[in-house]
Amino acid sequence: MEKATAPSNHNNKPKKPRGQVSISSERCKGCGFCVAFCPTGALEMSEGYNAKGYHYPELANPEKCSGCDLCGMYCPDFAICGARVPWSEAASAVTKE
Amino acid sequence: MSAEQKGVLTGAHYLDGDHACSEGAIVAGCNFVAGYPITPSTEIVERIAWRFPATGGTFIQMEDEIASSITIQGAVWGGAKAMTVSSGPGISLMMEHIGFAAMTETPCVFVNVQRGGPSTGLPTLPAQADMMQARWGSHGDYEIIALSPNSPQECFDLVIEAFNFSEKYRSPVMFMMDESVGHMTEKVVIPTPDKIKTIPRKFTSKAPGDYKPYEVSSGLVPDMCKAGDGHRIHITGLTHDEKGYPVMNADCQEKLLTRIVGKIRDNVDDIAMYDEDEIEGADVVVISYGITSRISMKAIRAARQQGVKVGHIRLIVVWPFIENYVKKLAGKVKALVVPEINLGQVVLEVERCAAGQCKVVSVPHAGGAVHEPETITKAILEAVK
Amino acid sequence: MTQATADACEQITSKTEEFVRSDRMPHIWCPGCGIGTTVNCFTRAIEQCGVDLNKLAIVSGIGCTGRVAGYLNLDSFHTTHGRAIPFATGLKLSNPDLKVVLYSGDGDLIAIGGNHFIHAARRNLDITVICVNNFNYAMTGGQVAPTTPIDAIGTTAPYGVCERSFNLPFLADSCGAVYVARWTAFHVRQLTKAMVEAVNKRGFSFVEVITPCPTLYERRNRLGDGLARMEWYKENSVIKHDADTRECDIDFQGKIVCGKFVDKEDVPSLLQKRNQKTEELRVKGIACD
Repeated sequence: MEKATAPSNHNNKPKKPRGQVSISSERCKGCGFCVAFCPTGALEMSEGYNAKGYHYPELANPEKCSGCDLCGMYCPDFAICGARVPWSEAASAVTKE
Repeated sequence: MSAEQKGVLTGAHYLDGDHACSEGAIVAGCNFVAGYPITPSTEIVERIAWRFPATGGTFIQMEDEIASSITIQGAVWGGAKAMTVSSGPGISLMMEHIGFAAMTETPCVFVNVQRGGPSTGLPTLPAQADMMQARWGSHGDYEIIALSPNSPQECFDLVIEAFNFSEKYRSPVMFMMDESVGHMTEKVVIPTPDKIKTIPRKFTSKAPGDYKPYEVSSGLVPDMCKAGDGHRIHITGLTHDEKGYPVMNADCQEKLLTRIVGKIRDNVDDIAMYDEDEIEGADVVVISYGITSRISMKAIRAARQQGVKVGHIRLIVVWPFIENYVKKLAGKVKALVVPEINLGQVVLEVERCAAGQCKVVSVPHAGGAVHEPETITKAILEAVK
Repeated sequence: MTQATADACEQITSKTEEFVRSDRMPHIWCPGCGIGTTVNCFTRAIEQCGVDLNKLAIVSGIGCTGRVAGYLNLDSFHTTHGRAIPFATGLKLSNPDLKVVLYSGDGDLIAIGGNHFIHAARRNLDITVICVNNFNYAMTGGQVAPTTPIDAIGTTAPYGVCERSFNLPFLADSCGAVYVARWTAFHVRQLTKAMVEAVNKRGFSFVEVITPCPTLYERRNRLGDGLARMEWYKENSVIKHDADTRECDIDFQGKIVCGKFVDKEDVPSLLQKRNQKTEELRVKGIACD
């Protein structure tokens, strides 16, 4: 996986936002809207099933997520949402992966 | 609580029953009326439309009776005291929303100035043929409160009681006038506000988050709130739990309906209003209501002059029915005589309660006029033979 | 997922979550149904409007969309079939401080409730009406509605609809709505913006949202699943702001004209007119203070 690097002017203040998503997989009904309409292709449907037997999305390409929350707007089941997170956190999260 | 000074036209007036009903509603604190023109009830909304600017009320003429009957309920959840007014055909259209009011426990008053039916029937002539519709008209199990005035004065007095009952029991109340009473002009005395008892809405004192619109602390009637108070309530015509959330199962249905029906049925004695006249030692008792009770008075006097011991019960509240009272009465008399301007409705309830203990005589009238007093006298005389 | 990622996730709360009754989730809508998507847009819209949520009431009728009221954490009223508008009329007139938004389906608002719809628009009643149009009666199993396009199939028109369908923007426009827009569930950002504008509009504002009903309308008409339908909206919507509403008919599988069609200024709303009248009567000494 490509390593995310912090910008050179990095300090404690969040600068350049990056995204993260939160997925409530048990609410998902597998419609696929979020995956289809994610503008950066960050999401993919999981191979796994939730308790109701639906495939749910996962953040397959975290480095691509911009946190635009378009997935959150499309999701008819209120099962996913995106948000911009401070660069440092996103970077550290991705780095450790 | 006494009536507010605003809008109370204290003094003696010469009013028809429709106009007296409007004045009574205003005195009761009614500040929202939605209606649709229909004979013989139209004068009520006309007077409301004319009077409301002075009393701070809102009147809206809706596109039909279906709309009127739920517009008032929106108004109630907005904080108003509300009523709608109609006659047979319009009331038939309102039935679904009488059920909605019963289910959502929305206090409101439905005035029915009865005319001959079914269908368009006799728009300008009286009947009392909607009594069972008032009782059972909407689908599903519910109990209703229905009052029946017999004079313009009572159109004024009793519509106040109708509002009071609706608030006390969080229930729709039917105000069952008829064309005769509605279009009859008589002296109507409007008392000073301090002599008029009105029941204000019982709003919850609970903080947002703690309040549930269908939770009872004592008794069977939950406290109210209104939209905009921060409670974020949910109100639905579906079977619901204490929070108002829909719950689709038999247990919830049982719990909810037992309470909704019980809050009326268990309080018949509190709700009952009737006049008694010479019941003690009577051989025959006439049970009447509304305009027919006035005709019955003359008929009863004539029968008494012929030596018959006749008593008279006038039902002011027709529903819930004074079941236990009639059961006991039936054990003491030879006959119960029930004149009404329909082909036999309340008489069925009397028969059920009498349960064979005495003779029950129906004095029907198909509508379009009131009874000839002689018809009732004759029925009384035959009943004691 | 690492712990750090998980922590980052926990900090994210859906914008929708603040506005829905989480204790009522999951909702009843089918996989691929677009109603939930419109609710996301609505929650973002009311956030953007800055309206006091305690003064915002939502009224629904009966049907799939009729359930929206129950899922939103606002004063919510799930009324009877077709009668959400008259309920909202009473609510708004008795409590003018409330913002009243009506959220219901095409069958509820336009068939059984059609009379109330045209009259509320005529009165210029101060409410917002959001009509989720999925071209059929979904709750009862896919019967045709007045919005079902001609030749489409429904359970009560198994050989295809012979009736012309309603053009809702034209209907609303011709009855006097001061704001009229149409979007599909695909157009989430535009839809959100339209909802903001509609809620902030004084008078009768109307937003139609075309949504997939994959279980019934799409399946019976062999139009694919919810996602296929959303892709279809993407390809077949024509954005045409200020379009003549007479030209916004929807034919079976024809192009869908979207956009903001009507945005009138200076038309007095019912409440404005009523307040003006009250003021006149007060001057004359007829109305009370």
